[in-house]
Order: sequence, then structure tokens, then C-alpha cells
Amino acid sequence: MRFGIVVFPGSNCDYDCYWGLKNDLGFQVSFLWHRQRSFEDIDCIILPGGFSYGDYLRSGAIARFSPIMEAVLKHARKGSPIIGICNGFQILTEVGLLPGALLRNESLRFIHRPVHLRIEQQDSKFTKGYSVNRTIELPIAHGDGRYFASQHILTELENEGRILFRYSSPEGRLTAAGNPNGSINNIAGICNSEGNVMGLMPHPERRLNASVGGTDGRPLFMSVAEAFA
Amino acid sequence: MLVKIVITPKPEILDPQGKAVAGALKDLGYDEVSDVKVGKYIILKLSPSPGLKLEERVDEMCRRLLANINVESYTVEILEG
Amino acid sequence: MKSDPVVTLALALQHGLSEEEYERILQILGRTPTYPELGVFSVMWSEHCSYKNSIAELKTLPRSGGRMLAEAGAENAGLVDIGHGLAVAFKIESHNHPCAVEPYQGAATGVGGIMRDIFTMGARPIASLDSLHFGSLSIARNRYLLDGVVRGIGDYGNCLGIPTVAGEVIFHHGYSQNPIINCMAVGVVNKDRIASAVAKGEGNTVIIFGSRTGRDGIHGATFASEEISEESESKRSSVQVGDPFAEKLLLEATLELVRSDALIGIQDMGAAGITCSSSEMAAHGKSGIEIDLDKVPLREEGMSAYEILLSESQERMLTVVKKGYEGEAERILDHWELLHERLGHVTIDGMMRVSHQGEVVCEIPANELALGGGAPVYHRQAKRPMSLDQTNIMNLDPYRQDRDWNVALLELLASPNICDKSWVTQQYDSTVRTNTVLGPGGDAALLRVKGTSLGLAMTTDCNPKFVYLNPRRGAALAVAEAARNISCTGATPIAITNCLNFGNPYKPESFYFFKEAVAGMGEACRIFDTPVTGGNVSFYNESEESMILPTPVIGMLGILENLELRVNSYFQHEGDRIILFGMTGADLGGSEYLYHLHNTLAGDAPPLDLEVELRTQICLREAISRGWIRSAHDCSEGGLAVALVECCILNRKSLIGAAISLGESRLHAADQLFAESASRVILSVDPKHLGEVMALAAESKIPAAEIGKIGSDRIIIGPWVDLEVEKAAYTFYNALPKLLKSAISAE
Repeated sequence: MRFGIVVFPGSNCDYDCYWGLKNDLGFQVSFLWHRQRSFEDIDCIILPGGFSYGDYLRSGAIARFSPIMEAVLKHARKGSPIIGICNGFQILTEVGLLPGALLRNESLRFIHRPVHLRIEQQDSKFTKGYSVNRTIELPIAHGDGRYFASQHILTELENEGRILFRYSSPEGRLTAAGNPNGSINNIAGICNSEGNVMGLMPHPERRLNASVGGTDGRPLFMSVAEAFA
Repeated sequence: MLVKIVITPKPEILDPQGKAVAGALKDLGYDEVSDVKVGKYIILKLSPSPGLKLEERVDEMCRRLLANINVESYTVEILEG
Repeated sequence: MKSDPVVTLALALQHGLSEEEYERILQILGRTPTYPELGVFSVMWSEHCSYKNSIAELKTLPRSGGRMLAEAGAENAGLVDIGHGLAVAFKIESHNHPCAVEPYQGAATGVGGIMRDIFTMGARPIASLDSLHFGSLSIARNRYLLDGVVRGIGDYGNCLGIPTVAGEVIFHHGYSQNPIINCMAVGVVNKDRIASAVAKGEGNTVIIFGSRTGRDGIHGATFASEEISEESESKRSSVQVGDPFAEKLLLEATLELVRSDALIGIQDMGAAGITCSSSEMAAHGKSGIEIDLDKVPLREEGMSAYEILLSESQERMLTVVKKGYEGEAERILDHWELLHERLGHVTIDGMMRVSHQGEVVCEIPANELALGGGAPVYHRQAKRPMSLDQTNIMNLDPYRQDRDWNVALLELLASPNICDKSWVTQQYDSTVRTNTVLGPGGDAALLRVKGTSLGLAMTTDCNPKFVYLNPRRGAALAVAEAARNISCTGATPIAITNCLNFGNPYKPESFYFFKEAVAGMGEACRIFDTPVTGGNVSFYNESEESMILPTPVIGMLGILENLELRVNSYFQHEGDRIILFGMTGADLGGSEYLYHLHNTLAGDAPPLDLEVELRTQICLREAISRGWIRSAHDCSEGGLAVALVECCILNRKSLIGAAISLGESRLHAADQLFAESASRVILSVDPKHLGEVMALAAESKIPAAEIGKIGSDRIIIGPWVDLEVEKAAYTFYNALPKLLKSAISAE
């Protein structure tokens, strides 16, 4: 499995993805500069976290016009996997690969802390490595992470089983206390209807090594590698 | 030529900034305030290209980049001068 | 354009220069300075840039030796060797005055400035720490300052992608008008890739890159060298605005430039902007520099030479590249989409020569401007304040009367100086770059160094109450506590950086605290073999109404050769035994117990025997490295009782109780529980290692006692305290949000 990590000006979790996928999971990884118009020999694209273009207009709004995004859209249309993490998720919604939007946290503050997530779908290509009915712990680190979508989109997401992760209590209950940013229906991560493009606000790449917080992020990347091998 | 664009959250979207400001104004005794929306105000300085409709161009800028039309609405004011 | 004013002595005085300094300028130049030259001298000879009132004292500190690679003050930040071909650059700096006026931008640019000091040396920043001091939260202005500063630090560091891993937040009414905001940054660099702030080699090209130059922050350095008044409130225009996105590009471009063959030297533009960077680089390289201000990319039209030279617009760098290699440097800058211009070149005549609109507007021997060169050095008078003697001998017995100690402990756990600070630290990304092994909330932060087995421990510490009561011992206690915090992770302290926040140096009673604190710090640093690699002095932290507590913040770095041999600060296993290293004395002086429960700051700072402290820390690290220790926590603010509760509740996911018995003692309960005696550490050990640890302590000639056992859901410190762990945790974790909320609704 070869991962390509897109680097926008202002990306800052690019190297975290690179290091972890390469050293903790042993994948082949390369960086893709946002000015590239094409890429070769890449199986899975990662849009990493950070503050592309300072997130100055709206998170992800300017990055979606980067030259590389045409090639990313083509990659998506081919059915190849794309993972957007944090700012990457925001970019995926701005460019229209995923529905909805990510708004200011309800508290109006940047929040960094570990959150509990309930795995909602066992059979998605991104979550099949997780065991049934368990919660995982990943950190969030964002100011604009409140997922919002209109009622008909929500119904569609629910009916098609496209909500992959929800914020929950440690036991897996969907509580207000377990929802750090006010996301609608506690949504933390979703995929497109074809099941090859996924975005989530929490950071799985920060949980690949036991000495820095744990390994709850590993099954996500392992699932992708297996499903799209 | 100046173009002024005001972008606000759509009415159905929770606007925590607006809520916070409304609460603060109420606390200060401004009971007449019933709702607050906090948005963005963008000023464009431009020279219109001949043969292109300014209104349409600006509307396109709003839709493509300046506003996220899923969650935001916008108004455009074109000022001569 | 307006023409420049005529330079006179009166104008020089308005610029904050003294008559004697103005005379010296006339002597150096052999003529009356031009208006831009006057501006240049005034900023370069301000306290902020020249350290003129502090350097004589600072030179008494141990400033070399150990693992140090560059002598203090020689480069932008201190540099220490950590082995594996790597070095660490680290430094702490104040941004007090900008934060007092505009907390958000003041704090943001504080982070930006210290980060540039690190990556200017070719080091990639890996962590940031903040030591913050505010007045009481019952005052709305202080809550505004806290909120703004925390947002400013968070937004800048988060966007830049550098984790904020440790620090402290301290409240005392003395900081009401003068918040103390100190930012520290730590970076790692390959030893053979260290960049220097130097201009040399005749004909080499000077390039400016980064943001445009505007009128913001003109005379910021001078502004930082004055007391805060209503007038300075109106100086809001001199507060700079930070752009962390631009900084991120600057960071990546700089590191790439340092790896290229083009680079000769590089310097960031902080205080005093182009003036400071160009003159310092030239002085450092024993060269001259010639620049043309017409080439500087400007944000505003019609800026004068004076304004361009003194602008403190953020996110700008000055670099000297080899003649003929300009294209290579410019390709790197273009790749990162940064603005750049060739400003001039290096000369050999030692002059800083600046032209504007075809005229030379400034021609000064560079060395005369720089620290260690021609900048003035003053020996200020120190006089011990009379009132201090009375404060020191005050009888504290009335505060020792019996009371409900459970209630007293809960109140202390809710004290803003002791309670959990997650409200602050959750607004900072502390795990980006995936190196954070131990983050905020413990004794010291611990980071892995990728590709090695190393751990880097770091902390900031200072108990300003102790420094106020006894500046010499208080500063030594700050170094000792920092070292203890580092040792509690298992790491060995290797060096410090310091940020010395004091009042007006021209007032002998104020300068006394500075002089004494520097002396105490030097004594302690010699004992721990932790040289002072550099830092920053901030004077004039006083206003018409109040003066800060003297606050010499210590930023310390430690090294752990094998990251796997680390310990946490909290209790781990039911049944483990609890050991106390060190002795508790009748040391209520300066305690949080006196301050929070009795609104009193009196007595003397706790006694400190540096040799005992050192032996305690060596013993602790030895026991940790042998794998005998399961947790280690420093015992400081709030005393033994608070430290024990913290051991029980710092792991929020798994609270655990403990039963403690302190044995026979002639000490009063208040001292037993809340005295802040130095050199104490609470350890937990597997019962099977109890004997070994006690034997090692005896061998090390340090006091040690088994004081209890971990288990149950209560914290018992017989016969005074018996609390549910849950209740203690609830109080500790909810205090700060509650305090902020209740204060707001009370208005």
C-alpha cells in the first residue's frame, strides 16, 4: 500500500502521518506538494490536518482550489481511497467530495483532548479492522469541528450507513457530554456513498505508537490497506 | 470600484458567536435585542472587465470561494467610485 | 513626505536616551546623528536590546560548560549537545508589555518571536511552554487578559503546528496591571547544520524575506523598557499583529535554506526590526553591512527611513547568502511562496550603512550598537527594602490554629494557583508532531526525539512568593524545583534559560530583588551543573498602583537517555507503598495555604540545602533508572497534602485512594499538611522494591520515610484528612471553569 500525503501551505500534521505510517506501520509513504497537477503510484491519498492557507477565509476553503485537487477528484472518481483528517476533512467538504460543513466549535474555543468514538459501521473499508461494539480513543485538536448537514443529508447518511464514527461516552453512549464540539448527531467521521472517501475530525495518526498515547489509530490505516490492496 | 459583501450564517444554523454576543448585550441591559448574527464583511477593490457582467462575476466569487452556500448566505452591494 | 525633525538633546531624551548616552553618540559619530540614526541608537541601547542595566549582574551566572555549544548571548538561543549528533536550541522570552495592552496579539507575537529565535538557528521547533502570571480573577480585566493571552498562544502555536506541552499559570494581585507572559521554545538541530546570525564575506548578498514591512510596532523595544501607564494604553498602535500562517512558511523555508549551500548567516527580525538584525549580524561577523531601504517590500505607502528601520512588523527574516548563490536561495523562497528582495551586501569596513531614496541616512559602526560592543553598561544600586525584615520575622502561629483540615484541603485544591488548568491547556494542541510522551499537568513534559532512544524533559518554574520574601533563596528554590520536576520523570537536568521579570531597575529597592535573585540562581545552577544558556530580562513591570512579585522564571531542559525508563507523576497500582523523600519543616512562609486561606504573604522562603537537594535528585533518578519506582511527584505549592491528592487524581481516568500516616512529629498539623518545605518528592513503589529504595536513600544520606499505601476510594492523611477521592477530584477539576463562570455572572 502506497500512501500519498498532500502538503498544502499551512499543513502541519503531514509529517505526523508520514512518520507514523512509515515507521509504526511500515507502509510506503510520499509527500505530494499542492502545486503538483498529477501523481503516480499512489494507492491512498491523505489530506492531513493543519491550517491550510491559515484557514483565514474558512477552514479548507482556499486549499480546495490548489492545483493538486483536480487529480485528487480524479482519484476519487476512480474509486481509490482518500482520507481527510481534521483540516483534510474540512477540505473534502469544501470541495464537495463529502457532504455537510464543519463550523466553529460550540464553545467557540479550540479544543485539544482525547475523545471517545463509537465505531458505527463494522463493514466499511475504513473501519473493518475495529472490533464490534467498542469505543476507541483518539485526540481532537480543532477550532472548527462542529459537523453540520441539512436534514435530508443526515437522513441519507444515516440510511446508507455512512456515519463511521460518533463522539460518545467511554461506554459508547451518545451523550452531550461526550460530544466535544456540538456536532449534529454526534458525528465525528463520515464517508461518501461509494465508500472510498472518508473524513474525520479526530487524529488517528497520533495514535500509532504506544509511547505517545496508544495505538487506537492503527486499525483504521490497516483496514484501508487491506480493503484496497 | 468597491464591492461590499456581507456573509452571515443561514438562519437555521447555530451561530455560537451570535448567541454569545446576544447574551452579552442582554446582560448589559439591551433587552430590545432579540437575535444576533455574527458574520464576515469583505470589501473588494476592482476594475470591471469590459464585456463581463459585474454582478454575475461577484455572485460567482461568493458561491465559489467567499461563502459556503451550504451554511452561509450573502448579500452584495456595489458602490461606484 | 514630511521632512525629518531636527535632532537635539531634547529629542534624544524623548527617545528614552540619557544625556550621557546622547553625548556618547555624538562622540561615536563625530557629528549630530540623523533622525533615523537617533532612532537606531535609541532602540539598540534600550534595555530590551542592550541589557544595559542587567548585563553586569548576568555575567555572574555560570554561562558555559556542561553540554553547552554556544556561550550565552552569542546566538539567538542557547544550544546544548544531546548526543546522537543532535543539539537542542531553547530560549524563553517575555512579552509582558504587549500583552498588557492587547493580550491576544501580544501573546501570539510572543510565541512567534521565540519560535523564530529557534528556527533561525536551523533548529526545528518541537515544543513550546508558557509561564503566565495574572492578577485576581475576580477582576474582569484580568479575566479578559487571561482569555486573550490563552487564545493568542493557542491560535498561534496550534496553527504553526508546534505543541504547547507545559508551563504554569499563577495568580497574584500584584500582576493585575502587569501580566507576566513568558514563552519558551525548544528545537532540535543536527550539530553540523547549525545556522549562525552572522554577516561576513565581502560582497555576499543580504536578502530580506517574509511579510511586508508596515508601521506596526515602531518603538516596541523602547516601549518594553517603560512602566505601564494610561499613556502606554494609547500606544496600542505599537502592538504588532501576528500571522502564524506566514510564520509556518518562514519556518519551512528557513530550514531548507539552512540545508542549502547558499547560506552564510540568518537572523530573524524581532525587536527593532531591520536595525537590530542587520547591525547585530554585522557586529557578530566583524563586518559591515550596506542596505537600501527602497528595496524593502512595504505594506504602506510613504514610509520614512526612520519608520522602515524601526518597524517591528512580524514574520520577517534577514539572511546573508554567498555571492553567486542568490538564485538557489530565491528558488527556495519562491517554493514557499514568500516575498523576498535583495537589500544590499556585506562590506569590510564595519559600518552599518543604510540608504533611502538615493541618500545615505544612517552610517554607524555596527559594533557600537550591539550588546557587548558599544552599548552602555550600568551598575545599578541595590537597597534592601526595610519592610522585608518585618515580613520575614512575622509570627505565623496565629495561622496554625486547628480547623477542619478536610475543608482547608478542599479550599486549597480549588485555589486558582493549585487547581487543574485544563481550561487553559485544552486550548493548546499539545500532541501535534507526535512526540509528546508526558504532556501538560504533570511535573515536567517529556518528549521523544524521533530516531533515537532519547527523551527530552522540559519545564518552567518559579514561585514568585518565595522570591518576594527572599529573592536570593527564592531564585535558588525556583532552580531546585525545576530540577526536581525534571528528575521526577527520570531525566537529568542539563541547562536552563531564564526570563527575569522585575520592576524599575533605577529604583534601588526594586533592583535589590533582581541582583539578589541573579545571585541565588547562579549558586543553584552551579550545584546542579545547569549553565544558563541565555534568556531575557524584562524590567519596568510596575504601574502607578502596583508592582509585580519579582518573577525569575526558570526554563529547564533535561535529558533521559532511555525513554523507556520514565515514570509518571500519579499513583498506579493498588497496594504500592508510598515513600516521602525529604523533610517537612515549620515552613508556612510564602505558602499557598497562607495566601489563599489567610490572604497573607509573609514569613521567609523555606530553607534550602542545595547539597541535600542534589543528593535527593540523584537518588531519585538512580532509583527510577533501576526500575524500582512506579511514580514520582514533586511536593511544592500546597504542601504535602495537595501533592498527595494530586498523586491520587492526576490520572483522571483512574482515580485511586491512599492511606497516609506521617508518624510522630512536633510539627503542627498546618505545617505537616501545607508547609512548602523544599527538596521533597512523593514516590510510589512496588512493595518488593521498598527495601532497595530505602537503602539507596540511606546510602545517599537523604531523609526518606515510608508514609503509606495506595488503595481504596478515600484519601486519608491520619488523623487530619479523610476525603472521598471523587470529591477531591471534582473540586480540583471544576474549580477554574467555575471561578470564571461565577465571576462573569456576578457582574
